[in-house]
Amino acid sequence: MATHARGLTGAAAGAPTAPAVVVRDLVRSYGTGAGVLDGLDLEIGRGEFVAILGRSGSGKSTLLRALAGLDHDVPGTGTVDVPRNVSVVFQDSRLLPWARVLDNVVLGHEAPPVQARAAGIAALAEVGLAGRERAWPNELSGGEQQRVSLARSLARSPELLLADEPFGALDALTRLRMHDLLRDLLRRHHPTVLMVTHDVDEAIVLADRVVVLDKGRIALERRTPQGVARPGTHTSTHATLRAELLDALGLDAGTGTTTGTTTDRKDTP
Amino acid sequence: MTAVVQDRRPAPARTAAPPADVRPRVRRLGLRPPVPLAAGSGVALLLVVWAVGSATGLIDPRVLSAPWTVVTTGVDLAVDGRLVENLAVSLGRAAQGLVWGVLAGVLLALLSGLSRLGEALLDGPIQVKRAVPNLALLPLLILWFGIGEEMKVVTIALGVFIPVYIHTHNGLRSIDKRYVELAETLRLDRRRFVAHVVLPGALPGFLLGLRFAVTGSLLALVVVEQVNGTAGIGYMMELARTYGQTEVIVVGLVVYGVLGYTADRAVRLLQRRALSWRRTLED
Repeated sequence: MATHARGLTGAAAGAPTAPAVVVRDLVRSYGTGAGVLDGLDLEIGRGEFVAILGRSGSGKSTLLRALAGLDHDVPGTGTVDVPRNVSVVFQDSRLLPWARVLDNVVLGHEAPPVQARAAGIAALAEVGLAGRERAWPNELSGGEQQRVSLARSLARSPELLLADEPFGALDALTRLRMHDLLRDLLRRHHPTVLMVTHDVDEAIVLADRVVVLDKGRIALERRTPQGVARPGTHTSTHATLRAELLDALGLDAGTGTTTGTTTDRKDTP
Repeated sequence: MTAVVQDRRPAPARTAAPPADVRPRVRRLGLRPPVPLAAGSGVALLLVVWAVGSATGLIDPRVLSAPWTVVTTGVDLAVDGRLVENLAVSLGRAAQGLVWGVLAGVLLALLSGLSRLGEALLDGPIQVKRAVPNLALLPLLILWFGIGEEMKVVTIALGVFIPVYIHTHNGLRSIDKRYVELAETLRLDRRRFVAHVVLPGALPGFLLGLRFAVTGSLLALVVVEQVNGTAGIGYMMELARTYGQTEVIVVGLVVYGVLGYTADRAVRLLQRRALSWRRTLED
């Protein structure tokens, strides 16, 4: 297996290198009512995978948009330090319907056209879509479209990958396949990842660290079983971690025994 | 009673009749498949009525010449070169006006669609211009540009640029904000953003505008050609009016009709080609 890649990431994180993402005292508010982000501090190590959980309105998307630099008109204060090369994967694949798959993948690529196209073709092959370069996005299934969008991000080898509920719109089976694909891709290109999700299990199986946001602040922060290789962590099993996270999300641990529990339940207080 | 009826019904179906197509009844909302050649049937009917009317003498040839007279006159005009010559002049005018009008419309739509300053300065005057019927400007344009070619091309261009501007501008402004966000995260510069997101996104609007523009250019053509023209289809018809040659007038009308139809078909073909990525009700 690609243990050396994981080992490499772990070693990099073990060395006293500067974190990839530093967020200090971040405040964002949309004018009406309370702030969406309320003095948030967050550091993400180089190559680390952090999943952000939170109920609707907890500020998790606002955080992601702040890191992506997409919050032009949102008033706020604080510092955000991210790498230069950031790529975003949205919940919808966000492919331009008028551009063919490969043109979508290489759109805005910094390399000269020939290299960019080569990188695009390679990225499409990596997500299992070799040969579909000339297809229109509308001809692809939802899962395939999201794979193209992953390829678009990968093709520009980002230092930081921001994912906003990337698999939220996919069916359960496709979602599991995408998890495998994502894990496989991250093993080869180890970018720093921040993923916003509604799905507790998704967060546990994919991330090294899970952060629960509540009212614009960090309510809970835990390492996952695969994140314990990193220093300064405490061990816990999937089940206890799950119960703990659900509790922090305001869900009764009893309801957490059903599979696929997500945090967007409308009936949560 | 009922038991007997229920017993009898399936029996013949099982043996003799082919199995019925039992689908749940759902009202069809999309269009049925197109019927071949159906589009021409209405026109064919009209031609038949015209031919029968002329043959039986119900239609006075001074009011409307018979279809065969129109055809022979058309052939005569084509053979002696007058038709081709006038057609070339007319087409040249329409094309010139169309090109300038489309260029102006797209350019103004980009300026006003992509910048707040452009919007503030340009959109107002254009809306004012739009409120004034194009042909009402004709007296003024004749005073400014005389009665030559210049006035004719300018009038056509002024009629063309409005629909192109309106629909392209609308297309620009209705581009999904999510694509703008995508362009931002992909760090597209202004030029690439316009080339890859704005222009293709506004293309459906532009092409719709172009269809209106083509029809509009022919309308303007007809009017300007009857104002002191010395060549062109309109001039040919004007001349025929003074000599009472109904058949020449009808030939001119047919030529205008064919021009309009061909131009519209050409734009629709362009539309289908350029927007092949779209799946709509029409497909």
